[in-house]
Amino acid sequence: MGTDLLLFYLFGGAAVLASLAVVLGRNPMHSVLLLIVSFAALAGLYITLGSPFAAVIQIIIYAGAIMVLFLFVVMLLNAHREDALLTPGASGVKGPIRTGAVLGVVLAAELVWALVKAGQAPDGELAAGAAPNVEALGSVRALGLLLFTDYAFAFEVTSILIVVAMVGAVVLAKREL
Amino acid sequence: MIPLYIAQIGILFATFGLLLVAAAIMVYSERKVAAFTQQRYGPYLVGPSGALQPIADVIKLIFKEKLMPKSADKAIFMVAPIISATAAFAAFAVVPFGAKTDLFGLIEQPISLQVADVNVAMLVLFAITSISVYGIVLAGWSSNSKYSLLGALRSTSQMISYELSYGLTLASVLLIANSLSLTDIVNAQSGNWFGFIPRWFAFLQPLGFVIFMIAGVAETNRAPFDLPEAEQELVAGYHTEYSSTPFMMFFLAEYINMVTAAAVATDLFLGGWHGPWLPEYLGWIWFVIKIGAILFFYIWMRWTLPRLRYDQLMTFGWKVLLPLAALNLLVTAAGVIYFGH
Repeated sequence: MGTDLLLFYLFGGAAVLASLAVVLGRNPMHSVLLLIVSFAALAGLYITLGSPFAAVIQIIIYAGAIMVLFLFVVMLLNAHREDALLTPGASGVKGPIRTGAVLGVVLAAELVWALVKAGQAPDGELAAGAAPNVEALGSVRALGLLLFTDYAFAFEVTSILIVVAMVGAVVLAKREL
Repeated sequence: MIPLYIAQIGILFATFGLLLVAAAIMVYSERKVAAFTQQRYGPYLVGPSGALQPIADVIKLIFKEKLMPKSADKAIFMVAPIISATAAFAAFAVVPFGAKTDLFGLIEQPISLQVADVNVAMLVLFAITSISVYGIVLAGWSSNSKYSLLGALRSTSQMISYELSYGLTLASVLLIANSLSLTDIVNAQSGNWFGFIPRWFAFLQPLGFVIFMIAGVAETNRAPFDLPEAEQELVAGYHTEYSSTPFMMFFLAEYINMVTAAAVATDLFLGGWHGPWLPEYLGWIWFVIKIGAILFFYIWMRWTLPRLRYDQLMTFGWKVLLPLAALNLLVTAAGVIYFGH
């Protein structure tokens, strides 16, 4: 248990610190890189939870594929430093800050609620339904079976959602087809 | 009797050292083969037939001045080569290179010649490949030089494009082998058909093997797909601004990536360490021979084929290789359903 706890604090701490630095940093390029670090730390957490498959997928999809796109956008738009928004008193700043504050409070409340609920639940069981089978999460075969039997509907709906998003992006990017 | 964990640490360091040696041998053989292709002698002064030339090169590079462009992003400029080299070494960790052995009774229980036997080895390999892209992009971007940036952009788009075909052929192999673990995949290829044809997946997946080899060359940015460092247009591509040890790390990463690509191709398609005549525990000799053959093929190709044009590269990747790989996957899936494993 000792090693597990140590690894949890290591990866968890890295994820929190990196995410904070993403939000607080002024250099967009550094923010993108720190976000990758944060995703990698999350992957580490998945491994300590006994699901190497989820960890590897996290790296391939998020840290690998999606962040490369982020990186490209930041690189090619040549965004240097985001100073303009942060000048106090500038017009158009108050709205976003207020929205952000409200969202932040809501998120924090949700987090506290979830933690309290998890604390009340009996040991080894999370607030949200029955504890998942650890064996099933570890094995790719079991995961695939679950995905294509019990969760087949959700799986298909997700793929339709992604296709819709993709078509939308193409339409937005190419005004005249 | 050596305890298991010490043996595993030993394998870790041995793999690390062997990769360095393999990279040195690759550099030397590349220069020699290139020289013979062009009817020259190649390096012949340092050591017998110039065999110690790589060591001389390393010493020379270490003592060179470290240069950094004035307008470079210093932190990222320093981190980029580290990412490249780390990813190159890390990728080999999941590649098995020999059967289980107890090293002539030295260790308590047999261990496999592999740093980490992960049951999702193929996906780990894929994940590390996708991380290694960052080393190149960041090097190109942080140098703040147009050649570096163009090289990095080319390299990334090339790697992303060919990763798809690479992934689809991997998927066809794991359909046949019914496992994501490289050790299981190699063991599925033991034995012979009709007593003399080895049960290599290269024979079950001829198209997949060819696609995998081509995509592997493109992934490692080798000729004829070496657009990222096309000397005539881009000076040296993404590492134009690098010198001394940081440059050496990119160089090292490139050669180790080649060795890894060859090792993975051997494990997936050429039966890994299985071969006739030699006993199982000497299987790594077959493994080295197979890797050597693939690497020689890489070098041979580099000094024979001219570089593709950039649009040809993209057209080939997206309109030829990817449809073929998808077709291969479909046919394989149908075959597996029809004939069983």
